[in-house]
Amino acid sequence: MSDDLAVATRGLTKRFRSGQVAVDAIDLEVPRGAVYGFLGPNGSGKTTTIRMLLGLVRPTAGEVELLGRPMPQAAAQVLGPVGALVEGPAFQPYLTGRANLVRLDACDPSADPATRDARIDAALARVGLAAAGGKKFRQYSLGMKQRLGLAATLLRPRELMVLDEPTNGLDPQGTREVRTLVRELADEGTTVLVSSHLLAEIDQVCTHLGVMSTGRLVLQGGRADLAGQRPRRVEITTTAAHLPTARRVLAEQGLTDIRVPAVGPDIRVPAVGPDIRVPAVGPDIRVPAVGPDVRDDGAAGTATRLTAVLDGVATPAITKALVEAEVAVAALHVREPSLEEVFVELTGEGFDVAR
Amino acid sequence: MPAETGPTAEPTTGPTQTERWTPRRGATGRLLAAELRLVLGRRRNQVFVAGLGLVPALLGLMLYLTRDDPRTSEGPGFLTQATNNGVFLVVASLFMCLPFLLPLTVALATGDAVAGEASAGTLRYLLVLPVSRSRLLFAKAVGALALVAVAVGVVATVGLVVGAALFGLHDVVLLSGTTVPLAEGMLRVLGVVVYIGLSLTGLVVVGLFVSTLTEVPIAAMVATVVVAVVSTILDTLPALSAVHPYLLTHYWYGFAELLRLEVDWNTVGTGLGLQVAWVVVFGAFAWSRFTQSNISS
Repeated sequence: MSDDLAVATRGLTKRFRSGQVAVDAIDLEVPRGAVYGFLGPNGSGKTTTIRMLLGLVRPTAGEVELLGRPMPQAAAQVLGPVGALVEGPAFQPYLTGRANLVRLDACDPSADPATRDARIDAALARVGLAAAGGKKFRQYSLGMKQRLGLAATLLRPRELMVLDEPTNGLDPQGTREVRTLVRELADEGTTVLVSSHLLAEIDQVCTHLGVMSTGRLVLQGGRADLAGQRPRRVEITTTAAHLPTARRVLAEQGLTDIRVPAVGPDIRVPAVGPDIRVPAVGPDIRVPAVGPDVRDDGAAGTATRLTAVLDGVATPAITKALVEAEVAVAALHVREPSLEEVFVELTGEGFDVAR
Repeated sequence: MPAETGPTAEPTTGPTQTERWTPRRGATGRLLAAELRLVLGRRRNQVFVAGLGLVPALLGLMLYLTRDDPRTSEGPGFLTQATNNGVFLVVASLFMCLPFLLPLTVALATGDAVAGEASAGTLRYLLVLPVSRSRLLFAKAVGALALVAVAVGVVATVGLVVGAALFGLHDVVLLSGTTVPLAEGMLRVLGVVVYIGLSLTGLVVVGLFVSTLTEVPIAAMVATVVVAVVSTILDTLPALSAVHPYLLTHYWYGFAELLRLEVDWNTVGTGLGLQVAWVVVFGAFAWSRFTQSNISS
């Protein structure tokens, strides 16, 4: 496996004693310096994978390399520069937040006791817990617990951060802060592996994405590449009478995969329902407004739509050809590929849905 | 690190260039100190040990109030002795705690040690620091032994103080009827305290092993107490006399040897040797289990 990878697995598999295959032969590749979004619905095997990466759970088969060293054999050498938040924060409930960090740091074989207090203060301040450090962990809210978990990973500068659902229990403001933290870490050169079952929460900060579904890694790669793999489609709203003509014109223009989606006033762009938020995406990927105009026409009962893969054909040419063929064009949209759509298609469900 | 692997390549100066990741001097000492602080600093443990300290106090008071009752002399030898000599309140108190309360102390310490950390989820965070599993198990054993030692020490100390206050300290009449000077008597009683403490080491390690089997601390605690109780019961069944010498609790009351004029060192040695055997065997079980287990809590 390559030295360029902070995390690499080959055929990593975990079969539980019950026979259930939690992780099925995955080849994870997290390049050094990447912010890798590890996505998948609840129960898709993300946490089990992370536990295997960190040597907590023994794989049934396959290999793991962390920072170029084999796990779990090299755990003692390799885990120091790795900060981890695994399946939620966990501390002694009867100790204060600060006392918990003191204990953790005292147990860290390579931590310098002379700088402990200063490092703990800095970590607590960084996650916004400076004022709450003297409070018992038991009295912390879910969000504060999560922050303390992050503080523990920040006690020392890390080469790799493994953050399992770091936004769990955080309010929108806290979620934004986690995103900012991830960005800062990445700017400092830290590789970040961040898992979530909510694409929208981490999509904005990721340079790479991996998608788990029922134990398999169904998709992995650079964020831009993944979006680019999807064809851009054009969507034309016209009348039922003009539909055959429109279809012929599109075919003549060299468009492929021409489809007529099911008509109905309530049908909008598939896979972008009221429950699924379209994430705010990068500057290169525009998600156009999908709807009111299309829907309004649809409500009249006469409009119908046609979609086709653009295949590099310029939209002005299509518009011109349609108009020349006297097709009534009520609307014409170019739909940019949405990651959300890709994921829903691959995982077979929305992202908030537990399996 | 690669010089360039594309747009996401790491800068040549990472955040960890100057950080030292090899173990520092005194790492094991700091781990042990942190463990001792955790175990001995925990309010629940302090309350429990303080409660144990009430045993000699109440026992002494009870003996003091009933000292003129002829039925008192029908009790075990140590009890009647205590009314004559405060030194024996130490022995009497430990004798009273040995069947159940001291095993319960062991269970409390060991149940929390591994199962408690697993249940709280803190175990995984210790392991990814990384603390090696062997060292962590060792620290856990030391922490549990420390709590048991403190408990035995508190019972003995309170027993001595209360005994001295209520009955005074005098030259010690041994079980064999001979009287020895107070200093020697105290030394022998100290021997009893140490022997009882060491007698519990086997159970501590058994408890630690049980603790590695579960993520439910209460289950580990109950199982550990059950081990001690069942061992005591088996020890009373004549049909099992062949296995009696190997039972964990068989020599627990061997401390009485230290109160005879001619100490039977053979019995004392066998009792301690048996504990060593239990420690070795169950220590190996615990180590093998803990170093290979999947931490899924």
